[in-house]
Amino acid sequence: MTALLHVKNMTHFFGGLRAVHNYNLTIKPRQIFGLIGPNGAGKTTVFNLITGVYTPSEGEILLENQNIKGLETNEIAARGLGRTFQNLALWRHMNVVDHIRMAHYAQLDYGLFGAFFNTRACRDQENQVRENSHRLMQLFDIEKYADDLVTSLPYGAQRRVEMARAMATNPKVLFLDEPTAGMTPDELVKMIRIIRQVHQDFNVAIFLIEHRMKFVMELCEQIQTLVFGEVIAQGPPEEIQNNPQVIEAYLGKEDMT
Amino acid sequence: MGILQKFKQMFSTVPMLGWFLGIFTAVLIEYFWGYDYISYYLGLPKIPVLFGALIMLKEPVMIPGALAYDLVVYVIPVLAVAKLSCFITNPGAALLEKLPLWLSAVIHLVCFYGILHLWAGINDYRVLVVKLTLVSIILTVSINVINGYQGEFSCSHPGFMALGAYVSSILTLILFTNDKIFGTALLPPALGPYLFPLVLVAGGAAAAIGSLAVAIPSFRTRGDYLAIISLAFMFIVKSAVENLNFIGGARGMGGQPDLAPLPVIFIWTLLCIWVIHNFVTSILGKALNTVRDDEAAAESMTVKTRKTKMTAFMFGAFWAGIAGGLFAHVLTYINPGMFSINRLAEILAMVYFGGLNSIVGSIVGAVSINVLGEALRPLELFKWIIIPLILIFVMIFRPYGLISFTEINTKKLLQAKHKRQQGVSP
Ligand SMILES: Nc1ncnc2c1ncn2[C@@H]1O[C@H](COP(=O)(O)OP(=O)(O)OP(=O)(O)O)[C@@H](O)[C@H]1O
Ligand SMILES: [Mg+2]
Repeated sequence: MTALLHVKNMTHFFGGLRAVHNYNLTIKPRQIFGLIGPNGAGKTTVFNLITGVYTPSEGEILLENQNIKGLETNEIAARGLGRTFQNLALWRHMNVVDHIRMAHYAQLDYGLFGAFFNTRACRDQENQVRENSHRLMQLFDIEKYADDLVTSLPYGAQRRVEMARAMATNPKVLFLDEPTAGMTPDELVKMIRIIRQVHQDFNVAIFLIEHRMKFVMELCEQIQTLVFGEVIAQGPPEEIQNNPQVIEAYLGKEDMT
Repeated sequence: MGILQKFKQMFSTVPMLGWFLGIFTAVLIEYFWGYDYISYYLGLPKIPVLFGALIMLKEPVMIPGALAYDLVVYVIPVLAVAKLSCFITNPGAALLEKLPLWLSAVIHLVCFYGILHLWAGINDYRVLVVKLTLVSIILTVSINVINGYQGEFSCSHPGFMALGAYVSSILTLILFTNDKIFGTALLPPALGPYLFPLVLVAGGAAAAIGSLAVAIPSFRTRGDYLAIISLAFMFIVKSAVENLNFIGGARGMGGQPDLAPLPVIFIWTLLCIWVIHNFVTSILGKALNTVRDDEAAAESMTVKTRKTKMTAFMFGAFWAGIAGGLFAHVLTYINPGMFSINRLAEILAMVYFGGLNSIVGSIVGAVSINVLGEALRPLELFKWIIIPLILIFVMIFRPYGLISFTEINTKKLLQAKHKRQQGVSP
């Protein structure tokens, strides 16, 4: 099996509302995979289900052929699913470098004793984390904000902090929920460059939700279209662009550029 | 503002060592001449214990005398010596900078303790105030872990303190004293000082285990039950102790051996500050902040949030237990009434006044509320009007407390303060 992440027949109900129905997904290593669909289609819910925020009512989720359904969210994250949030979920009293440091949590093993008494193991690991955090901040162009509170940053930079933080968990699949939402054109260009860079530098697959068609079509190898919780089409960008069902359900309403 | 700025600038060249030297001089002046000459000529009955606050409030005629005393003994010598000694203290500090940071810190602490010991030793009452203040620092720093760093609202600290106080008292009474309840000492009393740390840790452990009774029900589900459950816990501990006659019930229990002299308490306070500082600046401890600010995001960033909350809560309780043990052996008498709503009000006042999410803040909060509380003692009831008023003012202008979200920067604190020259290339 070459699949890195495999979701089989996933269905989820919120009370009586069937938010996701019979959802299937196969992401290969290093693939960039897009998920599009109208508002309220269930895209974010798909993210939340796979990353363990909710446990799906039915279905299977396999990461490298191992079941991850039903595990705690932190456990799933540690296994290799990193994510960002549609409506930023940053820690408002913390500065930027601490955000990136914190996401290394699962990679530490010095234990409470080490933390209390600042043992050699603790210092070594913390220093390593600091170095890695600075590398990530450079890559995401947020190093100049390192000691600033996240809330004081411009919006685009906050989004980049979220992404850098997700990358710090050392993910196998990076989930990006509308990474360019609300960005200025300048910030957008930067974001595309960064996503390409991340894809190049790290051995990571990317699964992204996006509303800007140009962006999705340019980046993704495979695109899924979700409408009312069901996948109505999947394929490479050209195919999706020309799929009459997709055009009717979603793309037709929007300017394709 | 202008004057204050100038003042600040003038003394910005004084390193920590310089301040120590200044304070040391002041203490020496008080030690040698405070009673015989200075108080005598100023018409004061004795050396003012806490900078004359008590005298001033009791007998307003003494106000000029007490103020003059403060000026002559403290303000002028401290400022003058600190400023004038810059030329030696700065090179001294620079020399210490070459040592490993921990060694420099230890040297500074030893100096500090020496001065504190001398100052407190001038009067027995001062020793007691200093001891209780140090215990309060432990309480405040440890409750900050829960109420500040973790952002919960826990009210059970007096309960944890009671557990620590009673468990350690029972142990020392059984082991090191001959008393009516527990019979003859099991061990030679001479061993007391050496085994006392273990006794304290046992008290802390009891508090930590007790804290599970609050932590398990409150953290198992999401939602804000902690405040209620912890408050209930505090009252349950109090009434449980009141009803246990073999440990004195409501009458309390006394006769603990005096195992907590000033140096012992000082070392425990330092240990507490050091360990908690290490914890909250490490990633494992910072996890508390992520839980407070956005728990869902914390989970998604691999943080084990439930474990984090539980351990931090037990950790805070542990130190409250240690503080309780020390407290019991400072007063050598405890009763359940000491660990109730009044104590809670005091602890909460100290932590919210000093500043959330900051160890320095907690130290400042504990020291100011304690000293203020002692100084205003003659006002009796009015004390409980003035302190809350101050607290309200702080809350209005600084909602997170006086010094919040600031960590100790030992290096910066101890470094030499040369006038930095500009444009000099290495
Ligand atoms: N926790 C929840 N409880 C109940 N209903 C929910 C919950 N989360 C989402 N829903 C519902 O599920 C449906 C899908 O929501 P979701 O947020 O996944 O859409 P989306 O495709 O991400 O939309 P958008 O493009 O606006 O982000 C919506 O009808 C929403 O109201
Ligand atoms: Mg969404």
